[in-house]
Amino acid sequence: MIPELGQFALVLALLLSAAQAVFGLVGAHRGDARWMAVVRPAVAGQFVLVSFAMGVLIHAFVTFDFSVLYVASNSNSALPTFYRVSALWGAHEGSLLLWVWILASWTLAVAALSRNLPAGFASRVMGILGIVSLGFLLFTLYTSNPFTRLFPPAADGRDLNPVLQDPALAIHPPLLYMGYVGFAVAFAFACAAMLEGKLDQTWARWTRPWTTLAWCFLSVGIALGSWWAYYELGWGGYWFWDPVENASFMPWLVGTALIHSLAVTEKRGLFKSWTLLLAILAFSLSLLGTFLVRSGVLVSVHSFAADPARGFFILVFLVIMILGALILYAWRAPLLKSPAGFDGGSREAFLLYNNIALVLAALVVFIGTLAPLVNDALGLQAISVGPGWFSKSFPYLALALVVLVSVGIHSAWKRGRVGESGRRLIIGAVAALVIGLGFTLSVYGPGQWLSLVGVVFGCWVIVSSLFDPIDRWRRKLTLSRAVLGMTIAHMGFGVCVIAVSTVEAYTVERDVALAPGETVALGDYAYRFESLEPVEGPNYDGVRAKITVLRDGLAVSEIFPEKRNYWVQRSTMTEAGIDTRWNMDLFAALGEDLGANRWSFRAQLRPLINYVWLAAGLMALGGALAISDRRYRSRQQAASAAAHDTAAEAT
Amino acid sequence: MIARYKRMWMVGGIVAGVGLAAWLATNAFRENVMFFFDPSQIVAGEAPPDKRFRLGGMVAKGSVEKTSGTLDVHFLVTDFRHTVPVSYSGILPDLFREGQGVVAHGRMNGGTFVADEILAKHDEKYMPPEVAKSLKDNPPPPEAATGT
Repeated sequence: MIPELGQFALVLALLLSAAQAVFGLVGAHRGDARWMAVVRPAVAGQFVLVSFAMGVLIHAFVTFDFSVLYVASNSNSALPTFYRVSALWGAHEGSLLLWVWILASWTLAVAALSRNLPAGFASRVMGILGIVSLGFLLFTLYTSNPFTRLFPPAADGRDLNPVLQDPALAIHPPLLYMGYVGFAVAFAFACAAMLEGKLDQTWARWTRPWTTLAWCFLSVGIALGSWWAYYELGWGGYWFWDPVENASFMPWLVGTALIHSLAVTEKRGLFKSWTLLLAILAFSLSLLGTFLVRSGVLVSVHSFAADPARGFFILVFLVIMILGALILYAWRAPLLKSPAGFDGGSREAFLLYNNIALVLAALVVFIGTLAPLVNDALGLQAISVGPGWFSKSFPYLALALVVLVSVGIHSAWKRGRVGESGRRLIIGAVAALVIGLGFTLSVYGPGQWLSLVGVVFGCWVIVSSLFDPIDRWRRKLTLSRAVLGMTIAHMGFGVCVIAVSTVEAYTVERDVALAPGETVALGDYAYRFESLEPVEGPNYDGVRAKITVLRDGLAVSEIFPEKRNYWVQRSTMTEAGIDTRWNMDLFAALGEDLGANRWSFRAQLRPLINYVWLAAGLMALGGALAISDRRYRSRQQAASAAAHDTAAEAT
Repeated sequence: MIARYKRMWMVGGIVAGVGLAAWLATNAFRENVMFFFDPSQIVAGEAPPDKRFRLGGMVAKGSVEKTSGTLDVHFLVTDFRHTVPVSYSGILPDLFREGQGVVAHGRMNGGTFVADEILAKHDEKYMPPEVAKSLKDNPPPPEAATGT
């Protein structure tokens, strides 16, 4: 009975989302306050109903209600409690419900925090979000109902896919979806502005915190997924240019462009149509990401669900949303003229170049990810695009971006020549050269030239972003959270470039067969396979190898890679053994029994790999600080922001 | 006049830059595209002799031979009409099993496909889309499908 209540709640939520869309959009169009008054209660009601449905499904999981097909397919009586809850989004139906719930939460937040916006505008924003919610609720109920019953009920569940039984992956989907769905808010703000035919600096100030918040979540979500792939899939490495990874990376790249373009729109009232286009693109790519992962059209390590009907529905929804938004854009964007011009060396110009680089990067990922699909759709020979496509083009775009950040950060709004900040440029470049080369050569020794360039450039970003805060601090000026956040996020970018350059150049990896007592040399280190012992967990058993890591003949560490057999799905999982040190990871993954008392191992040294994820954390932290800036918190936003709006305020 | 020259230089520069980028991108793309072939196409000699490509099919039952104590493994990939021998030296993905779908990257050497990468798939029921399509387009004779 209870699961049916969950489904009923979703149907009611569907009706409310339709009401939210109609009353929000039509009410605002007619300027009818009574119509618009329906919107906020509809949003609140929808949130309550979807939360109730979530609660019902969680209840079904926790109480092992195997008469629910979704629970029977993704849980098991031996599953630990924590994973019984996270199993909710372990497969397609539940993760879709999570999507809808997160959308309902974002919409509720918009409803609560938009009371000081013009009523018509807020109403339109929520109306657009209502359409998105309507589409996804329809999708859930029509193709992927998580409450479908199984008759007769299963005696026990088929268990959660063992690769998902991991803390990082338990929270990875919610964070990623917070990012994806958060861009729906930016999208709704953009559509509302186009519907009103009015877009000013105040609009950008409303939109910015929402967009930045979504971007923060997406950054952390992507990093968690990448970290998980590192230790759980057992290949080593942080990024594989896998289609599912790419699906989340594209909205991130465009989202990064969007938050920078929004900065220009807020400060200078420029790039209006470009900002709108980026907002549409960011959300479209989020939808595309959902489509790619959920339709099963991709050859990927982790596209779990495969069902063409679902893919088709999302495709239709995608086309309606994107085409609708683009038509609106073509119709309305020409109305939004940007008043002023700017010089080629001004901050606006640098942000424009940075936007171009970011969008190009997204395009590279897009081509590499979708070319196989396009080929397939055209009935051509099946192809795949190797990692070389990405790894050959990405470093150059990233380095171009580094130069733009490092030089552009010193530029002033409106007017400016590069030469004016010449002293800072020279000091910064020299400092970066000394620090970067000094660090890499002393810790890791000479490597490839591109990686040395990368490290130096990464240091350059960090040094360059510190000039302004240090300058303010010395002159005893206040350092606003916006500036501090920007500095930290840019430093995160620098750390990311350094880490990626180093790990790409100085990784040592060998796949070897070892018997107990045998040693394999790995750069300056050596791994000695000591012994193998059995392990048993709540729902698996397996073996654990003990590896002693030696340096110059002395034991410096021990690592314990595992191989687990999960009982219910009878699947084998790799649990890498990792010792994280400040300058590198000592990594080993256990392969299989090769006979003759030998086992296969992946033995790797991965310098600075953890700093890739740390960098994502820094970027998110920077974003979070920027959102908490005073001008967004203030009740009288417009008034105080105008006072803040000085050219020195650098975001 | 000077302004116009400046603009012409700028336009020319942009065109040249975009052209160069497009040329580099096309080359990089062509180098990194891998085509997919099933065993029947390989037996028919359609696969390139000197280029890496993707081979997909099912791991024939009873065909996996490991050399004890080493990373070397040999097996047959079949589409139930033809088979291709594959050799690989390295760590097999967790879900590599006989009778399951597989995608391998590598190139032909004599009559053997020398794989440098075997794709990991983390789903028991997983069938690589290309393999599924290949089997769907050319359904195996019914008696073969039950076991090879």
